[in-house]
Amino acid sequence: MTQNPLRVPALIAGLALLLPLAGQAGPDENVLTIEDQTIGTDVPGPEGGPLDHLYSGWRFRTAETQSLQTDDFENPAFTAVDQAEELWSTVDGAAEKSCESCHDDAATSMKGVRAAMPKWNAELGKPHTLETQVNQCRTDRMQADPWKWESGQMLGMTAYIGLQSRGMPVAVQTDGPMESWIAKGKEIYYERVGQLDMACSNCHEANYGKMIRADHLSQGQINGFPVYRLKWAGLGSIHRRFKGCMSNIRAEPYKVGSDEFIALEAYVASRGAGLSVETPSVRN
Amino acid sequence: MFKRHAMLPVIVLALCTAGAVSAGDIAPADIEYKDGRWIEQPLTDVAGDPAAGRKVFVNRKLGNCLACHVNSEIPEQPFHGEIGPSLDGVGGRYDMPMLRGMVVNMKNALNPESLMPGFYSLDNGSRTLEKFAGKTILSAQQVEDVLAYLQTLK
Ligand code: HEC
Ligand code: HEC
Repeated sequence: MTQNPLRVPALIAGLALLLPLAGQAGPDENVLTIEDQTIGTDVPGPEGGPLDHLYSGWRFRTAETQSLQTDDFENPAFTAVDQAEELWSTVDGAAEKSCESCHDDAATSMKGVRAAMPKWNAELGKPHTLETQVNQCRTDRMQADPWKWESGQMLGMTAYIGLQSRGMPVAVQTDGPMESWIAKGKEIYYERVGQLDMACSNCHEANYGKMIRADHLSQGQINGFPVYRLKWAGLGSIHRRFKGCMSNIRAEPYKVGSDEFIALEAYVASRGAGLSVETPSVRN
Repeated sequence: MFKRHAMLPVIVLALCTAGAVSAGDIAPADIEYKDGRWIEQPLTDVAGDPAAGRKVFVNRKLGNCLACHVNSEIPEQPFHGEIGPSLDGVGGRYDMPMLRGMVVNMKNALNPESLMPGFYSLDNGSRTLEKFAGKTILSAQQVEDVLAYLQTLK
């Protein structure tokens, strides 16, 4: 009873602070079920890769954020998805065509597309991302204007197309002409950059599962993109996320749509091979 | 007179910019290392202020030390990071030259692969954003202030 009673509240505050941290040491055990479909968020890592186990970013979010993704009516990304479904069959451009004119029902024709992106394109001599593929269809086949990478139409359309692969394992080509792109992406992933002198691997490989201030670090997988981020109050692309992480370490980010980010996307996709597509995910 | 007034904000701004080397400070390139790791000589002529150092420690744009370290001396701030070791009692574990070496550049002091940023180093990663290029994360005085604060953690 010699203890100063004023110290007690401080002690309790200290304990309260440590408890949530202790509970956060790693991905949680929750199971992702969307509309009765169970989605694997936890698979063995690809052979020869740096990660023994792959976890979807969903496993590192709070229960409240997680629950938004378990119901398509609550998932805020679906406003954009619904609009894109309309765009799918809307005629645009001088050729007077819609996506549907060539691809018919997206549920069949677009199944598996997201899971295999970025995908080598011989004509282009480089990999197509989902965004560049959509724009090539618009300019060459529809004779319509390309959409901006981060525009509402592009984000909605890539979310709608991605949704058709939901639950399918990510399976990006890593050999043949993709090999050098993946190698380049790997170099970028491990390069320490910026005033803070950090690499993607410092956070997403060596420290996933740990808290970095208020953020629970995930493996930085891209199987849920485009994601609806509560902080953005909207959808955002893979390249936007790369750009954000690079700016945070005070490094000059590559341009959205640049060859460097396409290479990084291909490499990060290969690190996540086997994880299920979750597009469109919800993040904080 | 008019001219001098117009200059004033510029000067104040320059003084506030973290990383600007001011007269009397030892520039990163001129630091004398012991065993290539530890730093005996203070970086400035002005003794570190622990209260100011505590603020630098917390500030997300300055030390942001809580991003990676637990520190029970700061219970009022929620969310302490778990990337580095807890800094509880760190002032009792290391002497001043060691602490200075670690905060200036952990990659010299302890671990060449450390992911802890060098807070008074120009040996940064490539592609540093232009507005931070050629600048240290903290000013020499801010480092001395943080060190004075770390010494109070016993
Ligand atoms: C200083 C730490 C840090 C570095 C370095 C870093 N990130 Fe991140 N990253 C975060 C945090 C924090 C988040 C948000 C929480 C989470 O999902 O991990 C995040 C999120 C992501 C996400 C979204 C994952 C999801 O499921 O929504 C991707 C993708 C990503 N990062 C990729 C990268 C890439 C690629 C690099 C390198 C260019 C990189 N990050 C560098 C801290 C970092
Ligand atoms: C991005 C992460 C990160 C940030 C930010 C960071 N540190 Fe560290 N710190 C580490 C890691 C990791 C270690 C362990 C040393 C190593 O890398 O082997 C460490 C170790 C230390 C140690 C040695 C502790 C011991 O008991 O061995 C001190 C002292 C320290 N940090 C002080 C600071 C201060 C002060 C700041 C802010 C001005 C800071 N750190 C910011 C990651 C960080």
